[in-house]
Amino acid sequence: MNQPVLEISGLSVDYGYHDDAVHALRDVSLSLGRGEVLGLAGESGCGKSTLAYAATRLLPPPGLITGGEVLFHSRTGETLDLLRLPDDELRAARWDEIAIVFQGAMNSLNPVRRVGRQLTDVMAAHRPGVPMSVHKGRARELLGLVGIPADRMPAYPHQLSGGQRQRVMIAMALALDPQVVIMDEPTTALDVVTQRQIVERLIALRAELGFSVVFITHDVSLLIEMADRIAVMYAGRIVEDAPAAEIYAEPRHPYTRGLLGSFPPLRGPRRALSGIPGAPPDLASLPPGCAFAPRCPHAFARCEGERPELSGGRRLSACFLPADGPVAAVQGVAPVE
Amino acid sequence: MTFLLRRLAFYLVTAWAAITLNFFIPRMLPGNPVQSLITRYQGQLSTDATKALYALFGLDEDTSLWQQYLDYWGRLFSGDLGLSFTYFPTPVAEVIEQSLPWTLILVGLSTMVSFTLGTLAGAYLGWRRGRWTDALLPIGSFFSAIPYFWLGLIAIAVLAVAWPLFPSSGGWDGAFVPSWDADFIWSAVYHGALPAITIVISSIAGWMLGMRNMTVTVAAEDYVTVAHAKGLKERTVMFAYAARNAVLPNVSGFALSLGFIVGGTLVTEIVFSYPGIGYILYQGVSAKDYPLMQGVFLIITLSVLAANMLADLAYALLDPRTRQEG
Repeated sequence: MNQPVLEISGLSVDYGYHDDAVHALRDVSLSLGRGEVLGLAGESGCGKSTLAYAATRLLPPPGLITGGEVLFHSRTGETLDLLRLPDDELRAARWDEIAIVFQGAMNSLNPVRRVGRQLTDVMAAHRPGVPMSVHKGRARELLGLVGIPADRMPAYPHQLSGGQRQRVMIAMALALDPQVVIMDEPTTALDVVTQRQIVERLIALRAELGFSVVFITHDVSLLIEMADRIAVMYAGRIVEDAPAAEIYAEPRHPYTRGLLGSFPPLRGPRRALSGIPGAPPDLASLPPGCAFAPRCPHAFARCEGERPELSGGRRLSACFLPADGPVAAVQGVAPVE
Repeated sequence: MTFLLRRLAFYLVTAWAAITLNFFIPRMLPGNPVQSLITRYQGQLSTDATKALYALFGLDEDTSLWQQYLDYWGRLFSGDLGLSFTYFPTPVAEVIEQSLPWTLILVGLSTMVSFTLGTLAGAYLGWRRGRWTDALLPIGSFFSAIPYFWLGLIAIAVLAVAWPLFPSSGGWDGAFVPSWDADFIWSAVYHGALPAITIVISSIAGWMLGMRNMTVTVAAEDYVTVAHAKGLKERTVMFAYAARNAVLPNVSGFALSLGFIVGGTLVTEIVFSYPGIGYILYQGVSAKDYPLMQGVFLIITLSVLAANMLADLAYALLDPRTRQEG
């Protein structure tokens, strides 16, 4: 990858204080290349959304960033330390540089404000000198980009369907031509057909406008198709980080393998769905070794006492199993018939 | 538009029902106005006088209930609410006309002040929760938990008797004749200050608490997080996104409380001997003054209805989701 646009290093987040704190993120490092689509996958509660909130300092209390650094490199070569930026500079950088499409698409729009107004208020806040008519024109253009007729500008959110609301949120994210768009499960609440349309629109827009995307989802099969690189999270840590094609062809971490086995493949031969036995661990009391060890079919003595670090150069994974050992072959996705 | 017409029709039907009840209830009570007048004058009325009274109240002929009902409506439309016994022979309409403005101004103004201050304070407390300012809440609740008559009496004892800063009773200084000159208005404001302050103190906590809790709830909504993420100014997020949505329940509460301005201040006016409609109602009830009670109830009913209508309209105006279009 070329020069990264967003660099997260050693980010740790706690919910709660002192001894009762739940460590939702532990020492997470991740970098997002310019123009790259980075997929962030994992089960519910593994810290994917927390990562998105923490990187933009939107964590609601009692969420607390306990360490790490988030660097943003702008087009002009400027570097912003997002976690240490004064409030007014952070406010200026939000949405202008990093926009977010939130998980709750249905509730992301203010119910008592017209859609058009919610599109223009963000532009007016960041570009105060520009006349309102220009903002309105831009808002119409944005709605057109996501396939919503411009005459829906005066509509209230409740007059739009769920898919339309989600598309409005995507249009809003693109309003200021940001360099990074974080998408937190943007299509989870939608049906598969609508989800498909939105994702395709998104891929087309990215190709056209050239922003980078962090796409957070539990749907790995979706990521395989659209992401350049996939980072897999488990219990607040990244356990594997590799190019999408390689993760699909040859997952190294047993958890990634389990995730892939939990979804039907979009193309190719049918295979049996395996799922992952057990439940995600309690983040308040993690085992001393590998957090996945209790659910891992290949765990051995070392996994219980020692925690594997993320390592491996270009293809990172946090597992003691040999990278291309016999286990990979045994566990390989077996086609049905 | 259909929405408005439908609501209007609903309120007309409700008003008709209320007025009809107002007609029948006194007639279902034992006795009649003339008998209570006779009792009032303890048999000192001559037979002629009694007959004259029967004629006056329209009870001399054997008119059917239906005819009486029609006559009642006819009189209502001409603004005739009958004669008051207590202030005999002043017509009820005149008695109400004289006392209503006092109540409207005193209670109306203090309700508005209480609502505005309470809502603003509540929005602030909800937005900045967890600071020392949260201490305002228990203090406010303490004052609203005190029975109002007691708060009023304490206020009189302390601020009118121990330190005579304010007058203890009445609506204006007896030395003036009610008119629109500066001296009289100042005297009325001066007399109204203490009741107004006690009303605000005892009711502000309700608005504050409601607004604060709604703001806390709304502040956790996704669209508020989005507004933060959009980099909008803190003030815009607080007012246009959080408070704007949080205020909705308070607004309907406010519109409803406007309806109770007319009727719900009995205690204030009794404690402060304030010449408003509540005081009149109290007099009417003590003297079994049916026409007066009926008239006051009618005014109270109509104002509650009007306030309800206002609440409906305000809500439709503020919350697009409640507008039933098409």
